[in-house]
Amino acid sequence: MTGSRDTIQVIRTPEGVAFSLVLAGPMVRFLAWLIDCLCIWGLLSIAGGLLKALSAFSSEAGMAFYILISFVVSIGYSIFLEWFNNGQTFGKKLLRLRVMDRSGLKLQFGQVVVRNLLRTVDSLPYFYLIGGIACLLNRKFQRLGDLAAHTIVVRNPKVSVPDIDQLFPDKYNSFRAYPHLVARFRQHVSPSDAALGLEALIRRNQLDAKARIDLFEQVADFYRTIVAFPAEATDGLSDERYVRNLVDVVYRPNQ
Amino acid sequence: MIIDLERFVGEERPFWQEFETMLDLIDKDPGQKRSLEEVKRFHYLYQRTSSGLARLQGLAREDEIRRYLDSLVARAFGEIHEVRHRRHRLHPLKWFFRSFPSTFRRHRHGFQAALLITLVGCAFGVFALAIDPASKDVLLPFDHLLGNPSERVAAEENRLPIHIGEGKSAFASQLMTHNTRVAIFAMSLGITWGIGTMVLLFYNGVILGAVFFDYIRAGETEFLLGWLLPHGVVEIPAILIAGQAGLVLARTLFDRQSGLPLGERLRGQTHDLMTLIGGVAVLLIFAGLVEGFFSQYHEPVLPYPLKIGFGLVELTALCLLLARGGRSADKIQLGGKSR
Repeated sequence: MTGSRDTIQVIRTPEGVAFSLVLAGPMVRFLAWLIDCLCIWGLLSIAGGLLKALSAFSSEAGMAFYILISFVVSIGYSIFLEWFNNGQTFGKKLLRLRVMDRSGLKLQFGQVVVRNLLRTVDSLPYFYLIGGIACLLNRKFQRLGDLAAHTIVVRNPKVSVPDIDQLFPDKYNSFRAYPHLVARFRQHVSPSDAALGLEALIRRNQLDAKARIDLFEQVADFYRTIVAFPAEATDGLSDERYVRNLVDVVYRPNQ
Repeated sequence: MIIDLERFVGEERPFWQEFETMLDLIDKDPGQKRSLEEVKRFHYLYQRTSSGLARLQGLAREDEIRRYLDSLVARAFGEIHEVRHRRHRLHPLKWFFRSFPSTFRRHRHGFQAALLITLVGCAFGVFALAIDPASKDVLLPFDHLLGNPSERVAAEENRLPIHIGEGKSAFASQLMTHNTRVAIFAMSLGITWGIGTMVLLFYNGVILGAVFFDYIRAGETEFLLGWLLPHGVVEIPAILIAGQAGLVLARTLFDRQSGLPLGERLRGQTHDLMTLIGGVAVLLIFAGLVEGFFSQYHEPVLPYPLKIGFGLVELTALCLLLARGGRSADKIQLGGKSR
């Protein structure tokens, strides 16, 4: 265990391609656990209702069954779902989390069993305090059960290919008249800085007017430090239009 | 590598979407068998998507698309590269009578250590009660064991059979679930470098030693054996095996001789831990049934020699199971074919 933590787990395939898994933090895992607790409570309520009918014939048999079913459901809920549902309980599925082998491989049944049985220690003394502390101290947000089973919990955010064309209605882009400056900008802008402008454009409608003006002013000022376009290309352009033009030349080079 | 992103996305999108659809199908039904053609196609799409991801890495314009391809490759990686056997069919009898004893023997040093710690605890319990009889209140957590043993024996033997049978199903269920929880806890505490497991085993030993000494000193040895043997000869070894699993886990944390990183060592032990704790659960279910439905009947309903004899038969059967069961599995493993 160390103090520094990663939010992604990078895995290099035998083909030499690196891909990353986004690790789930303690809070989102806690929320998933709360949802699972609700599910277990619901299942036990249903079982309790059914066993009331059985109790009409034999109250002792009803009580015995209820004790057994409570135990099986509380221990087996996560084991059953994580095994048959590719590492996802209902709570995890709802929050797009998944348990995985730390090497990115498929879970083995032994791993599922061990990580869930170790909840008995992780949940001590109350509300997963030990597991939560272990999670916070661990680089990969692993609780003790994850450490013993060599598993991690990852987030699978829904990602789809962005439809860039929708962001750029066919308007004249004055920057395209300066191909050497466009080429220099594309060469010098980093992937994350280019994505910053794209993200700002994608989310512009979610911002109020003041925040939108401030945001595009800052992004445009930053882009101006990378490459300065001549005044005749920028005259009359708002900061937002400035950013839009640059994102356009980066993401749609052949328009 | 410089690529024309729009052209690249345009050409590759149908393949990515086909790949995503296949992954969604696998997610929906992980156990479904697929034809050779489907598997080949899946592999081809994986390679094509991985290749696309490699081409995009390091480019300025690809952040969203790279994340998309990242998610596809990450989802498929386990399906493509997992070589460990993933069993879907259960063979409970084969597992219990062969795998469980074979695993038990493979980690017999863990069992020996668990037994030793429990015996030390027993000795401590006997010693503590011998020099300070008043310590019984502290050593024994169960109310029904705190009184005079002879008075309890008299009360038990005078109970009418009709009253003994009351609530036995619920009692057996409680015993099974409680003991299984304790066993799981004993194994799980192995993650504390074995300290928690050792403390639990020692404390169990203290209770056992104190109870044995208390009843033997009161001259109630026959009752004690008749009461404890039928379920205890299964229950106590089961808890010891759970402790063995905890010590196996602890040893894996310490063991550096294999040269493997900690994570790999732990992953390699999960199957054995699961087998041990699964076997323990089966034993405890049996012990719970015996305790609930048999151990609570005393003389004159059931003669003590019968109960003691039954316990000895169980003990012999358990020893045979653990010593002889799954010998062929041991040979196969020694031959290096499979677990």
